[in-house]
Amino acid sequence: MRLLRIVPDNTKFDFMRFRRISFPVSAILSIVAIALFFFHGLNFGIDFVGGTLMEVQTKAGPADLSKMRTTIGSLHLGDFQLQQFGAPDDVLIRISEQPGGDVAQQAAVQKVRDALGDGVDYRRVEVVGPSVSNELLAYGTIGLVLAIFAILIYLWFRFEWQFALGAMIANVHDLVLTVGFMSLTHIDFDLTSIAALLTILGYSLNDTVVIYDRIREMLRRYKRLPMPDLLNASVNATLSRSIVTHVTVAMSLLALLLFGGQAIHSFTATMMFGVVLVGTYTSVFIASPILIYLGVGVGRMGGAEEPDSPPTVPSATPAKPSPPAQRARARR
Amino acid sequence: MLFFTRWKAVAILLTALAVCLCAVPSFFPESMVKNWPSWAQRHVVLGLDLQGGSHLLLEVDSGAVRKEQLQSINDDVLRVLRAARVPFTGRAIRGNGVEVHITRDTDYDTALSKLRELSQPLSGLAGTTGQRNIDITQNGGVITLTPSDAAVTERVRQAVDQSIEIIQRRINQLGLVEPTVEREGTNRIIVQVPGLQDPTRLKALLGQTAKLDFRMVDMSMTPEQAQDAHPSDSEVLDGEAPGEKYLIEKRVLVSGADLVDAQPGFDQRTNQPVVNFRFNSSGARKFAEATQANVGKPFAIVLDNKVISAPVIREPILGGSGQISGSYTVQSANDLAILLRAGALPAPLTIIEERTVGPGLGQDSINAGEHAAYVGAALVIVFMFATYGLFGLFANIAVAVNVAMIFGVLSLLSATLTLPGIAGIVLTVGIAVDSNVLIYERIREEVRGGRTAINAIDAGFSRALATILDSNITTFIAAAVLFYIGTGPVRGFAVTLGVGILTTLFTAFTLTRLIVAYWVRLWRPRVVPI
Repeated sequence: MRLLRIVPDNTKFDFMRFRRISFPVSAILSIVAIALFFFHGLNFGIDFVGGTLMEVQTKAGPADLSKMRTTIGSLHLGDFQLQQFGAPDDVLIRISEQPGGDVAQQAAVQKVRDALGDGVDYRRVEVVGPSVSNELLAYGTIGLVLAIFAILIYLWFRFEWQFALGAMIANVHDLVLTVGFMSLTHIDFDLTSIAALLTILGYSLNDTVVIYDRIREMLRRYKRLPMPDLLNASVNATLSRSIVTHVTVAMSLLALLLFGGQAIHSFTATMMFGVVLVGTYTSVFIASPILIYLGVGVGRMGGAEEPDSPPTVPSATPAKPSPPAQRARARR
Repeated sequence: MLFFTRWKAVAILLTALAVCLCAVPSFFPESMVKNWPSWAQRHVVLGLDLQGGSHLLLEVDSGAVRKEQLQSINDDVLRVLRAARVPFTGRAIRGNGVEVHITRDTDYDTALSKLRELSQPLSGLAGTTGQRNIDITQNGGVITLTPSDAAVTERVRQAVDQSIEIIQRRINQLGLVEPTVEREGTNRIIVQVPGLQDPTRLKALLGQTAKLDFRMVDMSMTPEQAQDAHPSDSEVLDGEAPGEKYLIEKRVLVSGADLVDAQPGFDQRTNQPVVNFRFNSSGARKFAEATQANVGKPFAIVLDNKVISAPVIREPILGGSGQISGSYTVQSANDLAILLRAGALPAPLTIIEERTVGPGLGQDSINAGEHAAYVGAALVIVFMFATYGLFGLFANIAVAVNVAMIFGVLSLLSATLTLPGIAGIVLTVGIAVDSNVLIYERIREEVRGGRTAINAIDAGFSRALATILDSNITTFIAAAVLFYIGTGPVRGFAVTLGVGILTTLFTAFTLTRLIVAYWVRLWRPRVVPI
């Protein structure tokens, strides 16, 4: 049977050429993302800033949001938000953290329950007091930093330090862009978002490690090949695998996004952005070229028992007269 | 890479089969599984976000525990110095310790040695060996006794253990389904009640310390006068009605610890709900003495430092039983009886986190999760088949076994499945395919490079497996960190992700290879159909 080939065999696309564009673009995007984080801010959920979240379903027909707003407003509980959540009879109420510690949160919940009375079903109630919210925020941040360091150490162990550093820069850049995305879209940032960020880190590294493995193999075999050519060869060789895997992961995420329901919507949207869009881009256009800048392969001058170039080498470097034998091999 | 001894092949298949079978109890309803033998009963537990229920996180008030210890030291200092006939002044609780000034310098050493006897070594649990429960310092003529941090921690730990018991007793009285009450950290308790939709009554029951005391009302002055005069043996307490105040003696006649039973009932005359209580023999005796000595005077029933009733003693109560009446409804009388029967909490508990999910949302989440899982799996299966043909079929089989094994491991661990956990499984399907893709793409490359079919397949496997290991380990580290810092649903995600990676590694290294190896052996292909 004719099999589906998204990526043709023996691609010779010159990826490394783009590094003069991709690096500045990435730098700018990162700065924009960081600026968004500081000035536009993240839509922190109650997990991190405390407060109360209630998902109520009105028993009799669609909810009257303005009436509910007045009712809750009259309780003088400070800032609160009311929005429709999915179906027209589904309302999400969010009340900011009450002054007065943990006890005050409970008091506020009781007031709202009393005020809304019997006309609503409580699908979900979440109350997070100041003690817990501070802890979750601390743990979340520490967790991210810890994961980055743990993986850095593991990569250092398995590859040379330039690889470890390159991978980390590329993937932290992933996280920065994803946080920028979350700030821009005002998506809920709670504990599941930290889960999404950590997973994005893991999967992005997945990709990067596959390419690095191939680069390492090529470094051993083709000792006289200039770095840009070698990197291009590695990326081209792994391109088919990358695309296929990204398609399958994207399919899984798409299914989750479309059918997984509102409860994990923010989680899957974040993952979709981080893994599919950004992860691919950084693995190819950042993680690989950065090795050039980190000085990988400088001073390699070994005897060439192996042929001077692998089959998939585009000419990234200006044309050099190459012996006919090489060209013949490349053409096979 | 393609060579499997018969034993190895059988071992792999049996392991995979065994783990998959472990998943079976999770897919049958609870009612059926209960009747199976005990070794076949381990199953996945649905998280609260999927089955609906209440999750409460309670914190023991360490400040209150420390205050109680200070009070106890304060009383002990008085007792010890009086027994040693050492005059002193200025005995008071100041800041974190009890201070006392010894009047005569000559008594100083005696006082110090007597007070030193109060300091006991702590029992050797977890890091407290060699430490004492009270630290004694001196400054000029003033001796300060401070409860050591280790002592406070130990007392908080004990308070948590006691509280867990009492909470369990209180919850059991409500007839709730399989509640979980567990310690978390040094001073917190998790209460999880599946199926509970409105935790208001539960929160009310857990929020009350329920310390019951019987004391005499101090009739020597009015409460207002006492607020200015500050008598040392009495204190002003609030009553039930707003603004109501009483002056109550500090001395406790009988305490709630001596209660042996409390039942809700109805007053014979007024038909109002009341709580009838009974003392044990020691409590009954104390109660009899107190009421005999104070006929005609009012005595106060104090619950959590609030006067809930202050009836006048008409006649001595010798039978050791009595009645608490007030503005109780049937339910509040029942609740008070529950609190009294279960016992008083050693320290106040604060609810610092609450997450309640109704059954409607729970069922919706399960449906959504299942739906997404089926659609995602279908998409991936079709895509793999279209891209790799026969080998795609092998990959799909491997992934199917992978998912079954994930459920098997989760069942063995009796792990909790949450909605993010289901998302984790769907993601694992996406990533499990990657290991197979790595192998197949490598095989394709080897074929292009000119190897024969079998050599290409062999080389594909050997070259790809190292990469598979490396790339999966990084995701595993992320999952491990997430498990450590996460709670509840997020932790469920970390667990399924981590387990998924392990099973993916197993199936990639063994199952896919096995299937391909046997196919090669049976078909002896010249061309690799990739």
